[in-house]
Amino acid sequence: MTTTRRTFLKASATLAGGLVISFFLPAGRGRFANAQPQAKTPIPPNAFLRIAKDGTCTVFVKHLEFGQGVTTSLPMLVAEELDCDWSKVRAELAPAAPEYAHTAFGMQMTGGSSSVWNSYEQLRTVGAQARAMLVQAAADQWKAKPGDLKCEKGFVLGPGGKKLSYGQLADAAGKLPVPQQVKLKDPKDFRIIGKPTRRLDSHDKVTGKAMFGLDVQRKDLHTAVVAHPPVFGAKVDTFIVEKVRAVPGVTHVIETRNGVAVVAKNFWAAKTGRDALTVEWDLGPNAKLSTDALAAQFRETAKTPGLAAKKADNPEAIKAAAKTIVAEYEVPFLAHAAMEPLSCTVELRGDSAELWVGSQFQTVDAGAAAKVLGIEPTKVKLNTMLAGGGFGRRANPASDYVVEACEIAKQVKVPVKVVWTREDDIKGGYYRPMYVHRVEVGLDAQNAIVGWNHAIVGPSILAGTAFEPMLVKDGIDSTSTEGVADTPYAIPNMNVQLHSVKAGVPVLWWRSVGNSHTAFVMETMIDELAAARGLDPLAYRREMLAKSPRVLATLDLAASKAGWGSALPKGRARGIAVHESFNSVCAQVAEVSLEGGTARVHRVVAAFDCGLVVNPMTVEAQVQSAIAFALSAALHGKITIKDGKVEQSNFHDYPVLRMNEMPKIEVYLVQGGDKPTGVGEPGVPPLAPAVCNALAALTGKRVRKLPLDDMKWT
Amino acid sequence: MAKFHVNGEQVDFRGAADTPLLWIIRDHLQLTGTKFGCGMAQCGACTVHVDGQPTRSCVTPVAALEGKRVLTIEGIPSTSQGKVARAVQAAWVDKDVVQCGYCQSGQVMAATALLAKNPTPSDAQIDEAMSGNICRCGTYQRIREAIHAAGASLKKA
Repeated sequence: MTTTRRTFLKASATLAGGLVISFFLPAGRGRFANAQPQAKTPIPPNAFLRIAKDGTCTVFVKHLEFGQGVTTSLPMLVAEELDCDWSKVRAELAPAAPEYAHTAFGMQMTGGSSSVWNSYEQLRTVGAQARAMLVQAAADQWKAKPGDLKCEKGFVLGPGGKKLSYGQLADAAGKLPVPQQVKLKDPKDFRIIGKPTRRLDSHDKVTGKAMFGLDVQRKDLHTAVVAHPPVFGAKVDTFIVEKVRAVPGVTHVIETRNGVAVVAKNFWAAKTGRDALTVEWDLGPNAKLSTDALAAQFRETAKTPGLAAKKADNPEAIKAAAKTIVAEYEVPFLAHAAMEPLSCTVELRGDSAELWVGSQFQTVDAGAAAKVLGIEPTKVKLNTMLAGGGFGRRANPASDYVVEACEIAKQVKVPVKVVWTREDDIKGGYYRPMYVHRVEVGLDAQNAIVGWNHAIVGPSILAGTAFEPMLVKDGIDSTSTEGVADTPYAIPNMNVQLHSVKAGVPVLWWRSVGNSHTAFVMETMIDELAAARGLDPLAYRREMLAKSPRVLATLDLAASKAGWGSALPKGRARGIAVHESFNSVCAQVAEVSLEGGTARVHRVVAAFDCGLVVNPMTVEAQVQSAIAFALSAALHGKITIKDGKVEQSNFHDYPVLRMNEMPKIEVYLVQGGDKPTGVGEPGVPPLAPAVCNALAALTGKRVRKLPLDDMKWT
Repeated sequence: MAKFHVNGEQVDFRGAADTPLLWIIRDHLQLTGTKFGCGMAQCGACTVHVDGQPTRSCVTPVAALEGKRVLTIEGIPSTSQGKVARAVQAAWVDKDVVQCGYCQSGQVMAATALLAKNPTPSDAQIDEAMSGNICRCGTYQRIREAIHAAGASLKKA
């Protein structure tokens, strides 16, 4: 990494643009250096901001744009401190470079609902420094004191009505040293941050102009479609290529470490070739894998002692319980099924390479590419493309599809785009893990909790990855236990035990990660305990959350906006849930009915505390999105495996939410935070329990297993 | 092999007869606004208009296209349906519909076809016309609002 960074800094000093101000932030140093202007390359490889002579302010977005709105919210942070004219702000996706590392996680990546909060001070500082330089340039010209000048909508204003635009000042400002210390605005003076702001990428996305990873065009570009193993971990034994070679347009058939790739002049030839391929597989140890058998095994394991993620103050207390409620929960493997199937384009040019990929993990993917291609990491140029969703699938520590594309490119020696079909995506693994939870709650004679034993069984997302040594502590993968071990509820004597088991199925983070299942378990159990205590679900939660004011306030807001407790038409019921994740809190009230034995969600009222809101318009959109994504999974989502083979393949048998199933969603934001917290994911966790609690209120039946499609109501 | 029109230009395709229209549009004509999502008419990302009808290009073989007129997201603004398409696009921008945006070419094409026939669709009619178009970002609520808004703007105009 150190070598890479140094090389980049050097490169930036010679490649900076001519008529622009360019900055770069040396990672970890917290100050700016000013690249020396040179004529040739218009965009330095590590700039955050460029102000052109026409006053256009281009913000280079270090994160992947895959729907969450960073190409608008991050420019808003710069524009606020820069006092520029918002109509002149543009966003461009930054390439991969060490300078674009996440300020908290140390590598360039997008995940963990962290894009805005980790950029909040960094990008405001960029704006403030640029503003100071523009003011200094004007002051020099006018022989005035910088302190006497003001900035307004892209102009520096001086005494006696003097006025210069940022575009006019850009050249002179670019020659000044970057100020070490700048004062950031008091949030009460914000004009742009906090204002509902339309996305900058809409026009390109409604006219078909936006370029996603799959849309990359290069001279002589070939397409590769790969026959992947039918069973996870299976190896190619032999393959017959005669029929493939007969397909017009097919140019290469090659073996990779995860299958056989058919390379052709275009997609259809490659896919036709792939379908004509006969591969004999050595199926390996997972040939008999079955999710039914795994579930049974997980249930047995849950009854045995695991590793402690949280220890009860008094583990004996539960033994004195007057009554014990025991519940087993099961959630399935889930595919991300992002709208855009995976792709990666690689052009290998001697000892250097260029990649185009919608990556959430630029640093990891570029490093993996260098390794496979056998070239220096500094010789890999990774261009981050727009991605048609991701939900965690594009943040793979194993860089699977990037490695695959590089392996192919290295062998065929032509520019190649590997394209996954929808079937490759659904069957290809890296799922949200399947889990079983076993919960024992001891109650006293008044049905108050005296002890809580909670066992979680499932595959570890971090095990075997480069992140394991850093993030797994004492054997506990917190991505399996988050949302239980750190519950805000005042639960006495809580034991949380984890069994991280090997399942033979590749697993990965999936929007909201562990919270995607822990909230379902916790919040349906809390509802059940409210009923046992004879209290309304809201009243019981309020009692149990008395010491968590932020969670409580969010819960109360959702309840009041939803009209909790008010009458509903016959056949409808409400359910409530609240969950804290990614340092934000989301509470939801769902209104449901059963239609022909099928659960139907009519309305979801969400209250959301994500701290200081940068763009209310995208925050609202993200909560709507999280609810739709979570409802998809709660109603329909499951990947099952039988005889080693994934049984689902496309949207007909892995159904996702459609327009006719979309509930009416209302989003209310809790005001008043002083810093932004997570936005993209925290809306997911409360949805399933809110819906299941509503269904329990309607039918008296508790849901212990998802998806709801498998639930028999009559 | 077939001769047909895409966005008003004649295409004389001599490749495999089972080649889906989607891949002629994307790979041969290099019009990448029309998207690949499922390959089996399940998601609507590949929606184009064939003789004015919203059509899943991923399952439409070239052999079925002889003499037909195909419009893609790139071509539709400058056609007889252009007024509707532009109203849809403007409403999409105004309502801040898009998120990742990958499905939105297909959504715009489907909504344009709907409004061209029925400028004041009910929610149920919107559901019927649009439920074949999946959006994994879940922008459905804003799509619905934008369709109503586009319809209203067309009525006014």
